Amino acid sequence: MSSSKRITKEYGELENDPIPGVTIKPIDQDMYNWDIEMSGPAGTPYANGTFKVRLTLPTEYPFKPPTIAFKTKIYHPNVSNDDKGNMCLGMLRTDDWKPSCKLRTVLTLAMKLLNEPDTNDAVETSIVEQMKSNHDAYVQRAKEWTKTYAV
Amino acid sequence: MAMSSDEEYGSDQMMSDDELDADSLGELAGNLDSDYDNDADDDQFLENMRDDKPQKPAYEVDYTTLSDAELRNKQKEQVEDVRHILGQPVEQTAILLRYFKWQKERLIDKYMDDPDKVLEDAGLGAEWNDDPKLEKVRGFSCDICCDDDAEMNTYSMRCGHRYCADCYKQYLENKIMSEGESGRIQCPTDGCSRIVDSKTVRLLASPKVLARYGELLNRTYVDDKPNLRWCPAPECEFAVDCAVRQTELHKIIPTVVCNCGLRFCFGCGHNDHQPCPCALMKKWLKKCEDDSETANWISAHTKECPKCVSTIEKNGGCNHMTCRKCKHEFCWVCMGPWSEHGTNWYNCNRFEEKSGEEARGQQAKSRASLERYLHYYNRYANHDHSAKLDKDLYVKTEKKMTSLQSSSGMSWIEVQYLEAASTALQQCRQTLKWTYAFAFYLQRNNDTYIFEDNQRDLEMAVEQLSELFEKPADQLAASRKEMVDKTAYVGHRRRILLEDTANGLRDERWQFTTDIR
Repeated sequence: MSSSKRITKEYGELENDPIPGVTIKPIDQDMYNWDIEMSGPAGTPYANGTFKVRLTLPTEYPFKPPTIAFKTKIYHPNVSNDDKGNMCLGMLRTDDWKPSCKLRTVLTLAMKLLNEPDTNDAVETSIVEQMKSNHDAYVQRAKEWTKTYAV
Repeated sequence: MAMSSDEEYGSDQMMSDDELDADSLGELAGNLDSDYDNDADDDQFLENMRDDKPQKPAYEVDYTTLSDAELRNKQKEQVEDVRHILGQPVEQTAILLRYFKWQKERLIDKYMDDPDKVLEDAGLGAEWNDDPKLEKVRGFSCDICCDDDAEMNTYSMRCGHRYCADCYKQYLENKIMSEGESGRIQCPTDGCSRIVDSKTVRLLASPKVLARYGELLNRTYVDDKPNLRWCPAPECEFAVDCAVRQTELHKIIPTVVCNCGLRFCFGCGHNDHQPCPCALMKKWLKKCEDDSETANWISAHTKECPKCVSTIEKNGGCNHMTCRKCKHEFCWVCMGPWSEHGTNWYNCNRFEEKSGEEARGQQAKSRASLERYLHYYNRYANHDHSAKLDKDLYVKTEKKMTSLQSSSGMSWIEVQYLEAASTALQQCRQTLKWTYAFAFYLQRNNDTYIFEDNQRDLEMAVEQLSELFEKPADQLAASRKEMVDKTAYVGHRRRILLEDTANGLRDERWQFTTDIR
């Protein structure tokens, strides 16, 4: 039993009925690594930016959770500010992941986080502090980064 | 096995603590007249020791060590107890007990109130007694692998979430083998919190996975029971049963010795840290992690900014300092504000300025507290280090023991005093090490003096024994008697210190500078 059938099906569904703002590059040889582009939602400091995201499925997928990483630098409390750019999503934690969870849900949640960062579950606590103490400075910084790295 | 009672004190497990002391206690008594005659306190203490011998020392706790088989038996016994009351078969009773974290009384209470609800909550609803089975369902497509073969076996629990048997199996294998889950595995469906019961696991899992599942369930028994703790030694499979509760840890330090030989604290799982209570031990370790490495250097090379107390290193020649943090400008020499210096900075003739004096006072205070910490830390670290060196020395000495046997004509049994001395040194240094963490948090009063006297006596005895131990192998034979005496004596001093600190904790006599609850 391999996971290829499931992955192909999930990819097909996302291709036929895409999530707004999420573009998935065709998967040909390597179906365990998806290259994705996410558009920064309007009305957020990430607007007009295009963020390259790598979705990695473990060989045990869907019994183990996928990981999601930003290849484009982004100033966001839920994305680690290092060379990995890992996005911290509650449902991707080993304990919370269920094999019935779908990649559509994962990507929708990731998009939702771009729209409104989750300050209660952040990897970059310094950004959260800035959002609380000086929101304008956060917005300005995030806009600058978007302009520098994602446009 | 029942909890060991007072009568059981003295059994094999309890002896491991001070066996070397007990062995040589008689010898000590004999030697006392010649060696320690002038120490009247010791005589008195020894009298007490003889009188009180059947009584348990205040620093020891009752406990038993349990093997894997004994743990399984304990669970079986409890299941047997409860199943007659509930009138449920063994399997169900075990699940109920696990669900209630082995709190028998709570389970019985709740069950008597509303048996159906208890069964339902624990995943043992009405249909439980039917054996779960695989089914072939027409037109079914598995949501996990997306397979829709009509001949495929499928399975669902009572929640009705159905998947193909292969996916269910792989899900369980992943949870059990790679995530180490057992009693809390949920249905594979997102949002469904129904617990996978053991019948399902038995139906689906391979023998290897099933065996691991049993082992893990056994482990949860120890994790669920507050009176049980795994021995923290790597690869050790014993658990320790001790009645000391987490809420009592400010009054007692429950040091236990596992069958594997590890001495550890039942309260926190850390290596033996008597006489320092768990809370102080944790605070101390945290402080050391933050401070010690750099504290020495800081003390030698830096001063604090008189305004914001940030630590400042002077790395240039100019005495006009500007604090990076608060931008305060001051003079490195007199610590007064730079503004008062005008152009006379080179003389630094503002020595009498009031503000400079205040700043220096403040700084002296913070220095003093750092120096106080370093005093205790250095002694703590030194005993830790010395214990390691003593141990290394013993490894070398062990080799020489063989040569000692041939050169001095002593028998194997006669050179064992070296091992006894080494063990005593290790144990005493471990205790001494933690007396310094204890002392760091101690408030000064009359009790402190008694404690410090005890600490000094033990330290002195340990250093003397340590010195004897360092002699070259060919001289060791001559100092045998002295070494045996000193070995007994350090054990004796250690017991006095532990007895005093343990009594003080029990009576809440010690006053600490920080909260230990």
